[in-house]
Amino acid sequence: MRVRVALFATCLTDTFFPDTARAVVRLLERLGCEVDFPLDQTCCGQMHFNTGYRDHAVPLARKYTDVFRSYDYVVAPSGSCAGMVREVHPTLGESPPRTFELSEFLVDVLGVTDVGAWFPHRVTYHPTCHSLRMLGVGDKPLALLRAVKALDLVELPDSTHCCGFGGTFAVKNAETSTAMLADKMTCVLSTGAEVLSAGDNSCLMHIGGGLSRLRAGVRPVHLAEILASTEEEPWLATR
Amino acid sequence: MARNPVTWLGSPTFPKAAKEALNDTQLRQNLRRATGTIRGRREAAVAEMTDWEMLRVAGEQIKNDVLARLDTLLVQLEESVTARGGTVHWARDAEEANRIVLDLCRAEDAREVVKVKSMATAEIGLNEALEAGGVHAIETDLAELIVQLGDDRPSHILVPAIHRNRAEIREIFQRRMGVEVSDEPADLAEAARVYLREKFLTTKVAVSGANFAVADTGSIVVLESEGNGRMCLTLPDTLITVMGIEKLVPSWQDLEVFLQLLPRSSTAERMNPYTSVWTGVTPGDGPQRFHLVLIDNGRTATLADSVGRQALRCIRCSACLNVCPVYERTGGQSYGSVYPGPIGAILTPQLVGDMHDPQAASLPYASSLCGACFEVCPVRIDIPSVLTHLRAEAVEAKGRTAESVAMAAAAWMFASASRYEKAQKAGALARFLARDGKITSLPWPGSKWTSSRDVPAPPSESFRTWWRKNRG
Repeated sequence: MRVRVALFATCLTDTFFPDTARAVVRLLERLGCEVDFPLDQTCCGQMHFNTGYRDHAVPLARKYTDVFRSYDYVVAPSGSCAGMVREVHPTLGESPPRTFELSEFLVDVLGVTDVGAWFPHRVTYHPTCHSLRMLGVGDKPLALLRAVKALDLVELPDSTHCCGFGGTFAVKNAETSTAMLADKMTCVLSTGAEVLSAGDNSCLMHIGGGLSRLRAGVRPVHLAEILASTEEEPWLATR
Repeated sequence: MARNPVTWLGSPTFPKAAKEALNDTQLRQNLRRATGTIRGRREAAVAEMTDWEMLRVAGEQIKNDVLARLDTLLVQLEESVTARGGTVHWARDAEEANRIVLDLCRAEDAREVVKVKSMATAEIGLNEALEAGGVHAIETDLAELIVQLGDDRPSHILVPAIHRNRAEIREIFQRRMGVEVSDEPADLAEAARVYLREKFLTTKVAVSGANFAVADTGSIVVLESEGNGRMCLTLPDTLITVMGIEKLVPSWQDLEVFLQLLPRSSTAERMNPYTSVWTGVTPGDGPQRFHLVLIDNGRTATLADSVGRQALRCIRCSACLNVCPVYERTGGQSYGSVYPGPIGAILTPQLVGDMHDPQAASLPYASSLCGACFEVCPVRIDIPSVLTHLRAEAVEAKGRTAESVAMAAAAWMFASASRYEKAQKAGALARFLARDGKITSLPWPGSKWTSSRDVPAPPSESFRTWWRKNRG
């Protein structure tokens, strides 16, 4: 029987990064999953909760449970949103449906590390804080990247240091956030990579926004887009 | 009620203070080096232990037990200390504690006291209170002495002068000690040693803090690395120890856990260099008068908060400071309190106990919630969870603001998929602001983002629009 998966695109990816969500669909279907995108989904409530608006996060958590409850699995291309659902929704009175960050779902549930991808670029990978410390995804994303054909993976120095995004932290403490960003960009540039990958478009938007401002010549690309890319249908830059 | 001196009077909010500190290139360099070094050493010291995670759980559970039985354990401690010849004093707040210590000094006719580094006395502003009462307190920990002689403020729990380099320390010593000294660490340490030795031998009263107090024996424990503590704790006639009420452990055996957790977490040492333990008064040996001042100063109120109380498990190791990416860049003084870094961001506002105080209310936001602090905490304080909990209190205290209105509007929008989709389509119009696929400048509050980061132009269609067209 085919695994029935609901895609939780997350509000940020749905709105700003549709390529990532399309890549998840393509990848999961290639691996034999049946993918649905319930249109009633919106946001997990993380921005509200983390900024101190817990009361506003409660109905969003409830909505999430209602929208996804009938699926075997929910997959999100975000460690941070999956972390919000798994670690925080229970504290808001919800029993959330089984929700996974993409790399966890691939490695732990589907049991694959070689997803048949092809990506002929020099890539460095930033492990985002919530995927690392809230979900504990560990080396799974790196194992997936190592199995990608033609991909030249370069280790990112001080990779586990926060990039400085932190949700509303990036605007409430914009100067400190920028100082953290500067150090992260230094590390990224030291690798000589042309592509910076991560499992969260939020962190990628932050680091990528800084790299773009400097015209540094490094492109942020979500992990899902790399894993979806094949020799027959290669990833193409759309922006 | 007098203001709680745990925060420094007139300190700006965290973002304002941080903005200033970020421009201090010397500070940035000192902190980058110092925290980078200690991070690596701590990691190595912890990696040697096969049972580290179990020790952390044990530390957490012993402290939770203490907090749950604090009322009875404190009375037990008082009985044990009294039975061994000590005197116990209870202080509700900083003002009461300072008055008790000043009165004790006056009873001894002391004009000077030597001090072994103590967070509790820094929290209550004891030195300033003693000075106002005509008693001069001399800090004997090297870094604390540097801060005191420099008329400065501490910026780290363990290494209060971490923001100073040796050239600056040399300048402070020459100016305040009136000696010629090089900037070699050994020479600087020697200058401090000569300066302090005379004080140790002539001062009759010492003031200390406490790392731990054992309830069933009445023993007090101080851990330090320089030997100055041992001098203070043994040479004077009178010893006054000021301690937060949460520093208890139930029994002697419980120390075993913390004497492993604390050195590896704080200085990355396998064993602490100078561990002093005393129990009441021993006739003919050491101080003949011992006073223990137990301070509340906001702790009981903190204990009443079921989420926030875990901050009281803290053993002041400062591992969370050393791994914090915010602390590493802003330094400790930006937090406006003797408790900086992640632990300060959750402890200080709780001790202040008033989220209407804009400085205290800004502290829980001084974090990207990266979670590095929780990962290293030897007593497993879930700092990120306490931060979001305190942010909710700050929001409640602020009432209606531009932000709260925007957040309510966003929540209303997200509550319905159709409203969300309409907002998405309206927002997509922002792509007409874009050049070369990016937006480089937005009006406030978006300007806080675009000051250093571009925004990708919104795509012509969202994912859901694409899905509806192609799959729906």
